[in-house]
Amino acid sequence: MSEQKAQVKRISAAKTMKKIMAEHFHRVDEASRDPGKKVAWCTSVGPAELLQGFGFEVYYPENHAAMLGATRKATDYIPYANAAGYSPDICSYLTADVGAYLQGYTPLQDAYGIQSVPKPDVLVYNTNQCRDVQDWFMWYGRHWNVPCLGIETHRNVGPVSEAHVDSITRQLQHLAEQLEPIAGHKLDMDLFRQSVGLSRRCSELWEQVLLTGSARPSALTFFDGTIHMGPAVVLRGLPVAVEYYQQLLAELQQRVESGEGAIEGERHRLYWEGMPVWGRLRALGELFLSLRTCVVASTYCNSWIFNQLDPDDPFRSMARAYTELFIVRSDPVKEDYIADMCQRYQVDGIVYHDAKTCPNNTNSRYAMPQRLEQRTGKPYLILSGDLNDLRCWSDEQARTSIEAFVEQLEQG
Amino acid sequence: MSFFAGVDVGSSAAKAVVIDDQARELGRGLSPSGADLSGSARRCFAAACRQAGIAEAEVERIVACGFGRDNVDFAHQRRTEIDCHARGAYHHLPRAITVVDIGGQDNKVIRIDENGRRLNFTMNRKCAAGTGAFLEEVALRLKVPLDKLAELAGQATDPSVRIGSFCTVFAMTEILSRIRAGVRVEDLARAALESVARRVLEVQSISGQVVATGGVMAHQPLMREILSQQLQAEVFVPPHAQYVGALGAALVGRR
Repeated sequence: MSEQKAQVKRISAAKTMKKIMAEHFHRVDEASRDPGKKVAWCTSVGPAELLQGFGFEVYYPENHAAMLGATRKATDYIPYANAAGYSPDICSYLTADVGAYLQGYTPLQDAYGIQSVPKPDVLVYNTNQCRDVQDWFMWYGRHWNVPCLGIETHRNVGPVSEAHVDSITRQLQHLAEQLEPIAGHKLDMDLFRQSVGLSRRCSELWEQVLLTGSARPSALTFFDGTIHMGPAVVLRGLPVAVEYYQQLLAELQQRVESGEGAIEGERHRLYWEGMPVWGRLRALGELFLSLRTCVVASTYCNSWIFNQLDPDDPFRSMARAYTELFIVRSDPVKEDYIADMCQRYQVDGIVYHDAKTCPNNTNSRYAMPQRLEQRTGKPYLILSGDLNDLRCWSDEQARTSIEAFVEQLEQG
Repeated sequence: MSFFAGVDVGSSAAKAVVIDDQARELGRGLSPSGADLSGSARRCFAAACRQAGIAEAEVERIVACGFGRDNVDFAHQRRTEIDCHARGAYHHLPRAITVVDIGGQDNKVIRIDENGRRLNFTMNRKCAAGTGAFLEEVALRLKVPLDKLAELAGQATDPSVRIGSFCTVFAMTEILSRIRAGVRVEDLARAALESVARRVLEVQSISGQVVATGGVMAHQPLMREILSQQLQAEVFVPPHAQYVGALGAALVGRR
């Protein structure tokens, strides 16, 4: 359908990102081998700032699992976790990560020459992502005989009440007490406040980065966003993430000012709801590019915006930030959010990714697409697939569906 | 006079239709898809031109669709089979319709408004249930030629016989256990066709006038009646139902 092959536009800041991500992994790797330092594993929207307040080096297994997906290794290792009793129907981050560990593989070997994931002193989860993260961390907890602690979140939250925030605040405070003996010292409140402040700043800049997608033409695509969100996930709370997003934002604002789009000749704009298909980021990016269609915004990339964080009230603001998250909210709240995003980013349609092993990040199974189409008038497409398990993905069916959807948009 | 062609390279067969500038169908050709999709496309196109009584070079514009559309190296343009089935069906019945296409390895439900504008579409999930591939497997297990399945189903007498499984392989196990239990082959054949119709029913809410297309509709005449019962809707099967996608592609070329 493309008249001539369009080129993927590179973002120059990517070089910096590669460097700071490499430094992060080496820092955590070295800490895991240094008896004087402590390593904590943390879920992607777990209490990272609190861990930083204790001086832990923080490692994020979900990021590691996404690397397994993006390097197309996940599907090779998932069966080993299945054979160990972890069903192919549960989180393919968990199964890919555990399967790779069982086989002695990590993508950190190829990317950074790091031989193994860092052995933790503690594993800390927040079930705001799902229950699977808890099962996942408990597997490693048993394997290494290290403590596995966590926050049990609320789900299907409508309006966030003070009762919700109170209960999560108390859990965070209790967690801090549990972490003291592991860290070997009390929480450094100054360091904690600093981390919360830096996380907040990182979050504000990341939001500004994503908002360059609302320009016409959009300055970035969802596929760019999934790569460049790395520092917002694994380096939030640290100065380096703030510096990185300042650089990235300047580059993208330059694009907006000069009217340069991420996709030359942008014809259609879409919203992506659900997880990325990590093993097909490039292929999907190129397909949408060939159709002159820009996926300008997503729930996923926006899930690392925590503007409620407040260094003056670190526990309570963390509790609020991690309870106001999209993923733990009720369908009416989610629908309001998506409808608002569609308007803000001026999208022509919504693509829902039904990720087989990730029900918590799949919002197409309870008729939300139909309700939102009726409410917003925006057509939708549902892609069946998965975040990591490419056995659940059909390239041909996805391509035909996406092309047919764009043909439908072209009718006007 | 100008001529246009559509070539629909599906998973089971490649189909071609040649039309003139009045959208009259002049020729059709079919070739099993096999492993050489490009060759199959050429053969069905050549056959359609022969039937139309024109030379291949006289065709002004060729549009390819279907999963093998990229293999039609002589096409001027490519569209999805979803677009082409919608256009072909609307050509036969120009009003608000729901197109149900049951193909070899997938099925689609496409809603079209009274102006021929596509409102939405849904494809089956990645599963052979509800497609021609399921019926091929059933025919193989029942040891009847595929094109005799509907004839056999027409002799069914026990409407309570059902195939319950989602999975094609599990459905075969179910069929074999029913045979062992003494269930008549005729009743199982009908149950298989009903199972296909039920899978379509699950794809999307369907109401109003239905136009059913694709190889399964062309080869299993009883399917129209079964689909109509299951969907509780009037089902129109256009002539040469297997060629509706190719016709739609030719119509794209004529625009």
